[in-house]
Amino acid sequence: MTTQPAKSEAAGGVGRRLAGHRLLWPALILLALLLGNLAFHHDFFSVRIRDGHLYGSLIDILQFGAPLILVALGMTLVIATRGIDLSVGSTVAIAGALACGHISTAAHPGSVATMLTAVALALGVALVLGVANGFLVSGLGVQPIVATLILMVAGRGVAQLITDGQIITVTSAPYKMIGGGYWLTFPFAVLLAAVLVALTAFVTRRSALGMLIESVGGNPAASRLVGIRAGGLLALVYVFSALCAAVAGLMISSNVSSADGNNAGLWIELDAILAVVVGGTALTGGRFSLGGTVLGALIIQTLSTTVYTLGVPPETTLVFKAFVVIVVCLVQSPVFRAKVLRRRGTTTPRPHTTAGAAPQQQEAGA
Amino acid sequence: MSTGIASAAAHLTRPFATVSPRTRTRIPLIVTAVLLVVMFGVGSVRYEGFLSAQVVLNLLIDNGFLLVVAVGATFVILTGGIDLSVGSMVALSTMLTAWLVESHGWPLAAVIPLVLLAGAASGTLMGWIIHTFEIQPFIVTLAGMFLARGLCYTISTESITINDPTTKGIAQTRLYGPGGLFVSIPVVIALAVLVIAFVVLHHTRFGRNVYALGGNESSARLMGLPAGSTKIAVYAVSGLCSALGGLLLTFYMLSGYALHAMGMELDAIAATVIGGTLLTGGSGFVLGTALGVLVLGMIQTVVNFQGTLSSWWTRIVIGALLLVFIVLQRLMSGRRPAAD
Repeated sequence: MTTQPAKSEAAGGVGRRLAGHRLLWPALILLALLLGNLAFHHDFFSVRIRDGHLYGSLIDILQFGAPLILVALGMTLVIATRGIDLSVGSTVAIAGALACGHISTAAHPGSVATMLTAVALALGVALVLGVANGFLVSGLGVQPIVATLILMVAGRGVAQLITDGQIITVTSAPYKMIGGGYWLTFPFAVLLAAVLVALTAFVTRRSALGMLIESVGGNPAASRLVGIRAGGLLALVYVFSALCAAVAGLMISSNVSSADGNNAGLWIELDAILAVVVGGTALTGGRFSLGGTVLGALIIQTLSTTVYTLGVPPETTLVFKAFVVIVVCLVQSPVFRAKVLRRRGTTTPRPHTTAGAAPQQQEAGA
Repeated sequence: MSTGIASAAAHLTRPFATVSPRTRTRIPLIVTAVLLVVMFGVGSVRYEGFLSAQVVLNLLIDNGFLLVVAVGATFVILTGGIDLSVGSMVALSTMLTAWLVESHGWPLAAVIPLVLLAGAASGTLMGWIIHTFEIQPFIVTLAGMFLARGLCYTISTESITINDPTTKGIAQTRLYGPGGLFVSIPVVIALAVLVIAFVVLHHTRFGRNVYALGGNESSARLMGLPAGSTKIAVYAVSGLCSALGGLLLTFYMLSGYALHAMGMELDAIAATVIGGTLLTGGSGFVLGTALGVLVLGMIQTVVNFQGTLSSWWTRIVIGALLLVFIVLQRLMSGRRPAAD
């Protein structure tokens, strides 16, 4: 989906199209961050194979970033409908707690069947939570931020209830595989995330589903008039988001072999929203970019890694994130572009606000 | 929305269509008040020592800072906005106060105005960005949340205990009333803030602008109301209130710590909603927010008195209450249940 008029598309050469590509800025930021790391650690880019597994800083970023990529994947579709899902962090905690709780009390914690039951249990409950969010938003028409706030508040309590306030530690080789295992020399979590991203991209971009979601996000009333069943679609994206969060929760708890109701997935909803916004999907809905989201999630993860490698106290990552949020949002804001940058005819997705009308006229005239 | 589920919900959401709008907006408030009385009544029957005026006063002593923060949040929510930065601003205020007083030996009289100014200034800045660049309040205040929490950690990752005699003196002062009942100085400040907020919201031009802005921003603008400056002002009020809340929390905790007030933004929003303020803006009561804070405090008190319940039940009950009140709001508002 491109917003650029066909005329300028044809007129511009390959270079211009590349310069105007909306994944350009996220990609450049990621590259700059990686190169910055290389300046401090000269073996940053080196990837070695040890014991048949890939090792290296880049692999670490991918592996630790996999849960964030998944949560952000679900969040992208929610934001595309002009919604937001604040409950993903709690869902991450609940999924991990359920799975670890089941394995720790099972007769054979190390068996594959136990692992599969635990995964099914976590996904099943996530499905229920997603349906609940979807019903509040779609059925009752509650603002998404408010509807999902309920689960965000209560969910941590529920996760604590499941773990009984303790950190549940499990020893299960099949379960460890999900977040910490390797398959064909690659970290299994990375492969799982890649498969899910590819599947989502295939389903949304090779069928009309993605366009329908964008239509609902762009203008719900108009979508209704052309006969799109907006309610079902809205509910669907919240269910999808909850399922993605549950898989991320399984990965996180599997990687550390334990479930912590209080800290698992803490702030991940904010990181996920940040990843989506950095990736070029506007919070005003109507458009989404899955590739941008993956890049965004990798940027956030690299930023965290960079702060660690620089030796700055890791808690101050929040300050860097704050500046990233503000800069990205300002650059995306049509008013900011009009007032400060004075750029015309850009290809950045424009939110469907009344304020967007004026610059669009400019674009047509340019 | 045109699905079967939505149209069925549309019928469901208008059972109170015949009730006058004025009464309709008050129903959540009445429910909250009844809930508070019932909780106190049940607590008095079940637990020994629950039935005393001091238990009620302790609610204020333990939640005075939350009351101040929630009052600020009410201003923002009344305009239809949201401020996620309040919890972090509270933490930053405790950190700044403790750091300046303890590590730098500043007098408290100089620190207090500085902290209040910093809170109001950060609120103004966020409001200015929200208004000028038309970015959603949610994302701007999210950045403010990250920034304030991160700044806490750059000051110190450890808790700073306050040993300053003036601060300790104010914190430990008890104001005795009849019958040996007592409150702390922060309670008096919190109640004063509540009264000021009530007067400002219901008896000044600024207050009417806040309601008008939340009701319908474009209409308010067409009527010639200063939409921009009102919007910026409510975030300034919220910033000021969270800084003041932070000062009160400093007196309560006698320490500054980056992990103070984790999740307080949610408590403030929850208190506002339970107090009958519509999250879509335009309708609500600041006195209701006070009731909401008391309900949250009462849940905590009941959980404490029960003894066998763990504190995470508090979160679950708050979440459940939030669900009930938000659904109630949908039923009361009588608007079409569309996300238009």
